[in-house]
Amino acid sequence: MLITIPFARHVAAPRIPAEGRPHGRAAIETLRAHPVDWPVPRVLEGTLSALAIVLAGIAAAPAAQAETLLNVSYDPTRELYREFNAAFALHWESLGNPAPDIESSHGGSGAQARAVIDGLAAQVVTLALASDIDRIAKAGKLPADWQSKLPHNSSPYTSTIVFLVREGNPKRLTDWGDLVQEGVQVITPNPKTSGGARWNYLAAWAWADRNGRDPKDFVGQLYKNVPVLDSGARGATTTFAQRGIGDVLLAWENEAYLALKELGEDKFDIVVPSISIRAEPPVALVEGNIRTPEERALAEAYLSHLYSPEGQALAFKHFYRAWDSSAANPEDAARFPELELVGIEHFGGWAKAQPEHFGDGGIFDQIYVPK
Amino acid sequence: MGKPLIYRSPMPGFGLSMGITLTMLSIIVLLPIGALLLKGASFGIGNIWETVNRDRVWGALLLSFRLSLLAALFNLVFGVLLAWVLVRYRFPGRRILDAAVDLPFALPTAVAGIALTALYAPNGAFGSIAAEAGWRIAYTQWGIFIALVFVGLPFVTRTVQPVVEEIEREVEEASATLGASRFHTLRHVILPMLTPAALTGFALALARAVGEYGSVIFIAGNIPLVTEIAPLLIVIQLEEFNYDAAAAIGIAMLLISFAMLLAINLIQVWSRRRIGHV
Repeated sequence: MLITIPFARHVAAPRIPAEGRPHGRAAIETLRAHPVDWPVPRVLEGTLSALAIVLAGIAAAPAAQAETLLNVSYDPTRELYREFNAAFALHWESLGNPAPDIESSHGGSGAQARAVIDGLAAQVVTLALASDIDRIAKAGKLPADWQSKLPHNSSPYTSTIVFLVREGNPKRLTDWGDLVQEGVQVITPNPKTSGGARWNYLAAWAWADRNGRDPKDFVGQLYKNVPVLDSGARGATTTFAQRGIGDVLLAWENEAYLALKELGEDKFDIVVPSISIRAEPPVALVEGNIRTPEERALAEAYLSHLYSPEGQALAFKHFYRAWDSSAANPEDAARFPELELVGIEHFGGWAKAQPEHFGDGGIFDQIYVPK
Repeated sequence: MGKPLIYRSPMPGFGLSMGITLTMLSIIVLLPIGALLLKGASFGIGNIWETVNRDRVWGALLLSFRLSLLAALFNLVFGVLLAWVLVRYRFPGRRILDAAVDLPFALPTAVAGIALTALYAPNGAFGSIAAEAGWRIAYTQWGIFIALVFVGLPFVTRTVQPVVEEIEREVEEASATLGASRFHTLRHVILPMLTPAALTGFALALARAVGEYGSVIFIAGNIPLVTEIAPLLIVIQLEEFNYDAAAAIGIAMLLISFAMLLAINLIQVWSRRRIGHV
């Protein structure tokens, strides 16, 4: 369709030459879309300047200063490292060094390991599972034999898995065998997403193995009694303690004691099974993220301080089973009951246990989706 | 006579604004989705299909999309109703109610999830009442549904509200003058005007619900095949450092979402054609 509009000679639209048109009229096509203005150079210019602004913003982020340390850790160590970091900073200063700036990051062990692999500049990792640190080693950030660099398999403290039951233990749960009874609800996080939950699973497996039960069958029955699979250990503790779901929580020993301390000793009891797992949460220096000799000195001192009497005393205080009780409050060191502890060696180490039990399509998956 | 292919727009600033738009779109939207597709392409279509074509993955996908659809439908009905009430009636506390509609946007989803779980758990305020009636809400599919309704509610209300405000009383009065009953007016005059906006809100609520992770994870029991949502399955694969499988499930979700949004858009086009522009 063509419409004509009159316009004055001197206010002609830029692309419509007014000269030579009879009566100062020009035809303008409507209803036919013209390709819009597309000045490529100017779009490029705009793009480039926007990019430059973004890049400048990234570059302007503060560069790392000397004497900083980032410890990437897992969930339940929050309280321990808060206190340890302060103690270590004092110790470091007392050696004549300037005050260090130490930070800890906490989260699910697997997610934390992924963050380090993807470039989180942690000088030190203190995770729940050796297999998570193995993944970081596989990404080339630390040597494959990292676990032999520090004493006790690089585990300055250990823990185990115990049962947290409701006050008075109404369902009379005393050992792993009781957990598969009809009508007992067990709370444990998902072993696929929680490091602690893998220890739970392996502890149950070890008990069945020792007591002449078919472990695969036993663990399958156990998970049939699990009404909620939280993604992490703290979530499971909340489900059990705050939401009142379940009869028994399979928990890190340190989490169980913490729950008693924080939520009231009159609400829950700790039940220690006959057999459990020796959970070794290891620590390591991330070689790939060390940039200066000063940084290395600080990170090495940080890790070795975990093994010092002071560091060990703090681990005891935060309900971990540490090795050296010389400086610990005797009460802290004596609270742990004796029980038979099975190590990860029993399962052939993490390199074997991880894919066999928790890998895609592994034994844990088969509990829910039979092969 | 040769016509110039490109006409300069009389509006200034096109180059700069278009450049910034393209940059932002590329960095924020296209790059991540492109990376996902690239990851999938390097994994291979056969492998993707093998990863997705398992009972557990189908179960999770079906659960996610079914509950998201139900939650979005619920929000469609009650969101339109809420928008109508907020615009058409005057009552004390209306402004507070109006502001409260946006809360699900502002609240961190984890906080919402924990709050909903606390309320609907068997020892919570609502949960205990429901439990007496033998109805478990938290840690079942009902819990997931409630969380999805919560996060999706503002979308429908906020898209429909301005349209309701624009509807002129005269239109309804004309309808009444011509002898239409109140219901007839609602059905044939009001609703057709609201349909496009309501569908947009529905699509937004649906898209949000499909991708929702933070709030659902607390209230779902996360039991495989029963209350395990597809985003959780992706997180599980990531925990296993199985990036390929995670990307495969991500691509499956992307494709299904795309198909659903396309369908909604087609319905929108169809409804526009049928009732004309309003």
